[in-house]
Amino acid sequence: MTATPPTASPSSRKTDWMGDAMQRRIARRYAAERRFKFLGLAAVAVSSLFLAFLLVVMVGNGAKGFVTTEATLTIDLPAATGSISPDQLTGPQLSATMASIDVRRIFDQAVQAQYGEDGARYFASTAWTALRDQLVENPNLVMGETSFWLPTSSDIDRAAKDRSTPEAERDYAALTKAGEVRQSFNMQFLTGSDGTDPARVGIWGALKGSLITMVVTLFLAFPVGVLAAVYLEEYAPKNRFTDLIEVSINNLAAVPSIIFGLLGLAVFLQFLSMPRSAALVGGLTLALMTMPVIVIAARNAIKAVPPSIREAAMGVGASPIQVVFHHVLPLAIPGIMTGTIIGMARALGETAPLLMIGMRAFTTTPPDGLTDPATVLPVQIFLWSDEVNRGFVEKTSAAIIVLLVFLLTMNAIAVYLRNRFETRW
Amino acid sequence: MTITATFFLIAGLGLIAWVFARARAGRFIQSGVASVHSLPSYHGWYAAMWAVVPAILFLLVWSTIAPALGSYQVLESPLAAGLPTDAFERAAILSEARALSHNPDLKVFNDAAVRLAPLYEAADSKYAMIGALAAFLLCFAGGAFAFTRIRPDFRARTQVERTVMFGLLLASLIAILATLGIVASLIFETIRFFGMVSPFEFLFGLDWNPSDKVVDGQATGFGAVPLFWGTVFIGAIIAMLVAIPLGLMSAVYLTQYASANVRKWMKPILEILAGVPTVVYGYFAALTVAPALRSFAVSIGITDASSESALAAGLVMGVMIIPFVSSMADDSIAAVPGSMRDGSLAMGATKSETIKQVLIPAALPGVVGGVLLAVSRAIGETMIVVMAAGLAANLTANPFASVTTVTTQIVQLLTGDTDFDSPMTLAAFALGLTLFVVTLLLNIVALQIVKRYREAYD
Repeated sequence: MTATPPTASPSSRKTDWMGDAMQRRIARRYAAERRFKFLGLAAVAVSSLFLAFLLVVMVGNGAKGFVTTEATLTIDLPAATGSISPDQLTGPQLSATMASIDVRRIFDQAVQAQYGEDGARYFASTAWTALRDQLVENPNLVMGETSFWLPTSSDIDRAAKDRSTPEAERDYAALTKAGEVRQSFNMQFLTGSDGTDPARVGIWGALKGSLITMVVTLFLAFPVGVLAAVYLEEYAPKNRFTDLIEVSINNLAAVPSIIFGLLGLAVFLQFLSMPRSAALVGGLTLALMTMPVIVIAARNAIKAVPPSIREAAMGVGASPIQVVFHHVLPLAIPGIMTGTIIGMARALGETAPLLMIGMRAFTTTPPDGLTDPATVLPVQIFLWSDEVNRGFVEKTSAAIIVLLVFLLTMNAIAVYLRNRFETRW
Repeated sequence: MTITATFFLIAGLGLIAWVFARARAGRFIQSGVASVHSLPSYHGWYAAMWAVVPAILFLLVWSTIAPALGSYQVLESPLAAGLPTDAFERAAILSEARALSHNPDLKVFNDAAVRLAPLYEAADSKYAMIGALAAFLLCFAGGAFAFTRIRPDFRARTQVERTVMFGLLLASLIAILATLGIVASLIFETIRFFGMVSPFEFLFGLDWNPSDKVVDGQATGFGAVPLFWGTVFIGAIIAMLVAIPLGLMSAVYLTQYASANVRKWMKPILEILAGVPTVVYGYFAALTVAPALRSFAVSIGITDASSESALAAGLVMGVMIIPFVSSMADDSIAAVPGSMRDGSLAMGATKSETIKQVLIPAALPGVVGGVLLAVSRAIGETMIVVMAAGLAANLTANPFASVTTVTTQIVQLLTGDTDFDSPMTLAAFALGLTLFVVTLLLNIVALQIVKRYREAYD
């Protein structure tokens, strides 16, 4: 056998890897590589910087919402009330006493005595309700002369925290000089309800509405979602009807949330004539929205349980129902819980469908039941954001902080559950 | 007795039935009967089922008919003789009287309501009592019936499991019911709307200026094209111009370049963007982004810039969609077979050349499907546009001008009193139906693309 020597075809030239042209070409390609990588990093950075910016703006504005500015007001209560006894401010006599002593008049007189004719400009228009609340809380105050700390007007409040009108700045400077003003934690914001005066509004009413709505949603969406997932994943025969169910669930998961609001309005309010603005209807609407999320999460969790578990259970004589309820479901629970919490977090932040069914009620007391007019935290944020009064800006941001804290906590719990209990088979 | 209390009592009775039936079945085993078919607890469940289910069903039915029975009794009484004959007015007085009987502090407008309230209280409590008694009777009867059937060879487990299966099926049916409810309510109200406004004008009219005025059975000012344009402009153009590059590049960086540690931290951070409620984005857009964009526009010489600009809403919406696009792109790139990537790298292509010329073209159908899903989500988004995009129905391509969207107008039309005979209320349902159909189509097309593409590599 004769070896044929390699013959170079006359047209091919050997690539000069070390040559200038090739080196430039490689440098160019590497530069493109670096640029591309940098672009990717920039995309991630821009996205996360936007998140950071959003959070900083909200926290920066909202932190002020948790602080209230108060001015002092000294009232000689025995003189003003005609020496009522503390007993008259407790128990069943309370409302009668309140009607007879007229706290608002006492407040107005004390303000005029201490701050002059137009002293009322220093205080919030509802400051007298703060005085009333302090009296109810501590009836012994009526025994003597007391200095009360009462919320200042919104203009002075902003002068204390930021910038305000020139008159308010002057007033604030005067108050500070006299030592008649202080800043303290705004308990009223956490315990109060909606109102017209930013100095006295709170989020408890909206938060309670949210909690009631969420309870309704959870009680409806969780069982229905898990049972539907079990049916579809374990028992459903392969036929047209099952396909129809699957298509419906996937559709529901993709329908814009506002459509659920229209459904709630047309079916629950118009057709079934349920009460408007009620947490019950809000919960029902959100349950329809959350259910598909739970079904999809639960199906994935059930699918992840290996078939060997089912076969082993069946091998020792368990019935199909026992296989699922005694063996498969307990193993799938962590995954189901994770999906449920994420779905509930989404429902908690949902606004649009609840606007449709009128959960924008102006209520100054927290709802007490399923059918009371109520509002929820995101809707409260929306309503406050529409207020003209500048004092509501910080309240809106503060309410957003509270909402975000709830959502982040729920998501953190979901992540924890996933990491702690999820089994890799 | 309230309905809630009755529910709890029946649940308690169910528990008692469970305990007794289980104990009785347990004695079979102790007494050494050879062939016991079901475990004692199944007999317990069987009895509890019979005690609770019929009673609860009865209560549900009763709670829907009891108010009507109460009203009937009140109307029969001599005190109700002087009520107006107009059905609408009479219903208003009756509902006020009922509300008053629940809550004595309520302020009422009709004196007749004050007279009728005690009657209502009596009638309602009477029917509540009757309902509760009947429910208890059913509860006892059911429990007793189940109790008598307990025998060693009784197939309690089969019975219980059949009921459970039925419950499972019922739960799945709720999804169909909800879909039907959505479609039916939207179509029903839309047909009524098209009785007042011609579909042609609604879909192709250029003038959006809705009002309650109906002239010759036709309402005017319902041309929705400016709304459709605003929706597309904000949701499908501006938002996607932000979300596609940022989302795609984030996905590429995080999957192809970033170290495992960076990925572990950055991925959840990006996902937080998707978890922030839309009302927060809306507030942020209206409070911070929109004024900043406006002063920017003024500084570059656009003097008629609106403080509620399409750009502000679109930008913020785009940021909200980033994690969505990013995770869809992530999935599609991960589905490209590793051999293709390895082949490209082995030929000497750099990483970025491999990504640009092999991975992304191969993953393109998946990415396109993901973008379509993102568009469908963006056009259905409500709060950002309600708070930041404004209400003026302009047909303009100027991003600094104010435009309005379908969802904004739905909220606007349904705010305040909703009268189901007004064309404005019904228009909201017609807009809703349009939105529903478009998002549905987008989703179907997107899922088809994604599915076919997956099959290509499987």
